[in-house]
Amino acid sequence: MAINTDKNVYTVAFAAIMVIVVGSVLAFLASALSEKIKQNEKLEKQQNILYAMGINENEDEGSVNFVPTDKVADEFSKYIKQQIVIEGDKITENDEAYLINLKQQETAAKKGNTRKLPLFIGEKDGKKFYIIPMYGKGLWDAIWGFVSLDENLVVQGVYFDHKGETPGLGANIKQRYFMDDFEGESILDGTEYAGIEVAKGNNDPLNNTKDDNEVDALAGATITGNGVSAMIKESVNLYKSYLETIRAKN
Amino acid sequence: MALLSKKDTGLILDPLADNNPITIQVLGICSALAITAELKASIVMAISVLFVLGLGNVVISLMRNIIPSKIRIIVQLVVVAALVIIVDQVLKAFAYELSKTLSVFVGLIITNCIIMGRFEAFALGNGPWKSFLDGIGNAAGYGLILVIVGFFRELLGSGTLLGFKVLGDPITKTGIYAIGYENNGFMLLSPMALIVVGIIIWVQRSRNKALIEEN
Repeated sequence: MAINTDKNVYTVAFAAIMVIVVGSVLAFLASALSEKIKQNEKLEKQQNILYAMGINENEDEGSVNFVPTDKVADEFSKYIKQQIVIEGDKITENDEAYLINLKQQETAAKKGNTRKLPLFIGEKDGKKFYIIPMYGKGLWDAIWGFVSLDENLVVQGVYFDHKGETPGLGANIKQRYFMDDFEGESILDGTEYAGIEVAKGNNDPLNNTKDDNEVDALAGATITGNGVSAMIKESVNLYKSYLETIRAKN
Repeated sequence: MALLSKKDTGLILDPLADNNPITIQVLGICSALAITAELKASIVMAISVLFVLGLGNVVISLMRNIIPSKIRIIVQLVVVAALVIIVDQVLKAFAYELSKTLSVFVGLIITNCIIMGRFEAFALGNGPWKSFLDGIGNAAGYGLILVIVGFFRELLGSGTLLGFKVLGDPITKTGIYAIGYENNGFMLLSPMALIVVGIIIWVQRSRNKALIEEN
């Protein structure tokens, strides 16, 4: 029996069944896999934080190599000595501070609530690292990352990631050759929290000058680069009062 | 009996040259411009499209007799989007590293006009096996152009191939940079992809005059 596929009733019924079938398959899949995906995302955050303070399996040159997923939980509790949440003047310790969603906090702040600012204090070979999570906008979508600072607010390491920057152009912010340039740059320009500018044509492609608050930009990725500059500056400025107390102690 | 009849072989081989989706049908140009600044990204995109188009063509072909023609485009979109999301979710759970690499391509795959184009032009009127071959062939033809464009853009724009510095180091001036060669930064920008595709079309049509349309 041939079905008359041009009938309106058939069209509506087909659409309804299709939506129900596809919808339930996707919903089932999403709920069945959500635990595993969440766990993966947790480990990834730990890997990123450790990466920013220089705990990774990088070789001299080449690609980004994180601490392997089976070891990362142990390494994280070994090196990250303290996780704190700054809420206005109140500072509390919280072992799950790394799970705070920065985007939600930004939205909350816009509505007038006090923003919860997570900060991680790591220690390696007797040296302290203050690791600040960052969140900003690239060309197409969100970009985020972590920057680790010492007591003088000199960058010890960074990690950047992105949701949908153009492969081959903006997506290269997560490449070693871009991230490694930030090491040794200072957030401070005199006493001002200037951040680090991703600059075009600063005549310093090898980034030998470390006191200019500038790193060399990526060709063809101007807007993503500007997004990174803005993200660093804005994120670090949120922590200004806390960072001042660290500098004063030093 | 041979696995592939002569006609079936044509389904795979034609899109590689005389019926190439990019250079002849001029489909899929948007993603060809967007992601060919690097050879690696081109290859990843080519493999992803191969997978989605091969599978999607089969699914649409199996459903071809029950799809109401009034809403067929919507049905095609739903099939592509569902396939891509399922793959993305499964990778996120079981191969997280790989899914990170692929995540930026997801949107580009769903909106790739080659996929919709082949569903509409072929899978709706042919059986699953033929549709599968057509999907593989067209994705391979698309991938071939992507790889060619990616090769030239990465080589001339960054002086590297798959990240390896094949021409020497432009900063410390080794290799051919020592004699004054410079990378052409313009190659990294999207307009140059269009020009490279244009040159490929030119070469192809001057070799095979039958492809030139009469006005």
